[in-house]
Amino acid sequence: MEVKELEVPTEIGENTAHINALENEAIYILREVAAQFEKPVLLFSGGKDSITLVRLAQKAFWPAKIPFPLMHIDTGHNFPETIEFRDRLVKELGLELIVRNVQDSIDQGKVKEESGRYSSRNSLQTTTLLDAIEEFKFDACIGGARRDEEKARAKERIFSVRDDFGQWDERNQRPELFDMLNGQIELGQNVRVFPISNWTELDVWSYIKDEGIEIPSIYFAHKRKTFLRDGMIWSAEDGIVFRDEDEVVEERMVRFRTVGDMSCTAAVLSDAISIDKVVAEIRDSSISERGARIDDKRSEAAMEKRKQQGYF
Amino acid sequence: MANSIKMEVLKIATAGSVDDGKSTLIGRILYDTKSLTSDKLEAIERTSKQKGYDYLDFSLATDGLVAEREQGITIDVAHIYFSTAKKSYIIADTPGHVEYTRNMVTGASTSQAAIILIDARKGVIEQTNRHFFINNLLRIKEVVVAINKMDLVDFSEDRYNEIKDDFEKLMEKRDYADQKITFVPVSALKGDNVVNKSENTPWYKGETLLEHLEGLDLAAVSNVGTPRFPVQYVIRPKTEEHHDFRGFAGKVYGGELSVGDEVVALPSQTRSKIKDIYVYDKKYKTASRRSSVTITLEDEINLSRGDMLVKANDLPTIEKQFTATISWMDSKPLAAGNKYVVQHGVNKVLAKVDQVHHKIAPDYSGVDAEAQSLGMNDIAEVSFRLNKPIFYDKFKNHRTNGSFILIDTQSNNTVGAGFIS
Repeated sequence: MEVKELEVPTEIGENTAHINALENEAIYILREVAAQFEKPVLLFSGGKDSITLVRLAQKAFWPAKIPFPLMHIDTGHNFPETIEFRDRLVKELGLELIVRNVQDSIDQGKVKEESGRYSSRNSLQTTTLLDAIEEFKFDACIGGARRDEEKARAKERIFSVRDDFGQWDERNQRPELFDMLNGQIELGQNVRVFPISNWTELDVWSYIKDEGIEIPSIYFAHKRKTFLRDGMIWSAEDGIVFRDEDEVVEERMVRFRTVGDMSCTAAVLSDAISIDKVVAEIRDSSISERGARIDDKRSEAAMEKRKQQGYF
Repeated sequence: MANSIKMEVLKIATAGSVDDGKSTLIGRILYDTKSLTSDKLEAIERTSKQKGYDYLDFSLATDGLVAEREQGITIDVAHIYFSTAKKSYIIADTPGHVEYTRNMVTGASTSQAAIILIDARKGVIEQTNRHFFINNLLRIKEVVVAINKMDLVDFSEDRYNEIKDDFEKLMEKRDYADQKITFVPVSALKGDNVVNKSENTPWYKGETLLEHLEGLDLAAVSNVGTPRFPVQYVIRPKTEEHHDFRGFAGKVYGGELSVGDEVVALPSQTRSKIKDIYVYDKKYKTASRRSSVTITLEDEINLSRGDMLVKANDLPTIEKQFTATISWMDSKPLAAGNKYVVQHGVNKVLAKVDQVHHKIAPDYSGVDAEAQSLGMNDIAEVSFRLNKPIFYDKFKNHRTNGSFILIDTQSNNTVGAGFIS
């Protein structure tokens, strides 16, 4: 991981050697995916981590095109800005995009929509994802998860083998030695691949800044109709988040740190209207990114349980 | 959290026995470097209180899996991230149980530095020998011996020196002279000499644990060898614009490669010169070690994944057999005659176990046992025959080109790690 600066310096920002090392590692991993698997796919949420993955994949295979499609598991509760952004990016880069909808899984009676105050479609994504993996016979799914996001993720491998049911057996993981990635699997198994495992939230933001990568507007501070609950700020627009009558709507200057399902993604107060300001804000921030995700707060072991069930 | 320029990533493996306070030490580092976010700190405070502790249980910051929290032990390798103004750090938190040698080897295999924890009350125990042995086997250049729980021995200088002397006796047995060892007296629980200098150890004139890590020169702790470029993926865009482009994508190991370098392609032994080195659409003069680049050659040579480019005057060993130190990681035993896939970098070949020579006692006891087969956590010298030649260096000369993993042909699991002798 100890990468010296390449001799001819590029116009890189202040993070040079450290971000460079992470980028080199991620490119290596993406090339391993293309070489070791028959049908890989890049899981694309429209969030900053998956956008970063797309940039890394562009770099890994240039001047050839990215040799795998993108797939979006759409909860139907996405921020409209994210969907617009997704479609534009795919068009500009000439990529193949597959979309599968949680709504279809609900209509087919495979999953039941949650109701009430903390209802969210986030965990319902799992069924739709597993069905899509089976439909397309994907053997590797590339995701933007990072080990610093959450405790259970800290133990995740870079190549993480899932069984026929998409389940993660955390006690029986393959050891990962040196930088050798073992992608050998049986028919029916698939591998979840995490090229930016070793990046932190700040690393991703610094990279976006250094590379001049475009991201959806909701990551930047904007005025939004919101309401407060449990000390968190929720979007009152689009009517996706369940709101009690007595929860007062107010316009606030906010931005989102993640762009997951609207129903479980809270906003933070912010005046960071530019990428420089966002990076500065992340540096000084003392709440971890997933702190604004209600689905992890349900219980201390929330993430681990969802992962065992096949969640990304 | 850091406000200024971060220059480097240092990966550190940790080793300690059960209850040596390894998770507490890592938690302490995170706390004192203000790397714990307020919601994580809140969770630690809440849980510590629930459990009725009268101090903060920092081990909760790192013990991730439910089973671990229930049993109060760490059972797998976890990665913890923090940064200072000088460096970014990744700590591989590996468990210290006897039965988990495999995790320690795994964690150490990607690290440049290691922290070995010793309980000041217990001193150097058999486990310590094992931890040090593995750091030696993996050729970790920089080892910090943190003598922990100094608060429980009244911060006694005599006790510290006693343990240091014992450890130094162990050092005489290693076969890796370049390794640098540093001792620090700490109390992870109370915070002495971890990040901040302790007032309880006026006799200790050295740096705190973190000060020492901060001062490490990354170039100096890396094991540099000769340049090796295993071809990972061949890039052929077949577009109008790049019709004849044929790029060899891969990572440079051991040293640098530059445009104009005379290279030999293995196994064909065809010679050519490096024409261009690309990262994305930009050309570079030199690719430094560990950089992921795309190389084009002056001549049209047929190269595919698993082949290797090396400098013309610096060929590796090209052989269909080798002997290696194996760290076995599977419950199904390794025995003579068994077949495995050897993954050497990105190259895969079929291998047959020729002979299991002897088991190595991983504690410097010097008792090498005759063995016919290897069980989980065994370490031994083993000879292999391959179905085609690979291009390797000895592990002690080349940490990447001298190592490999063994894959079970039935389960597809990674069942062992090898270090070529």
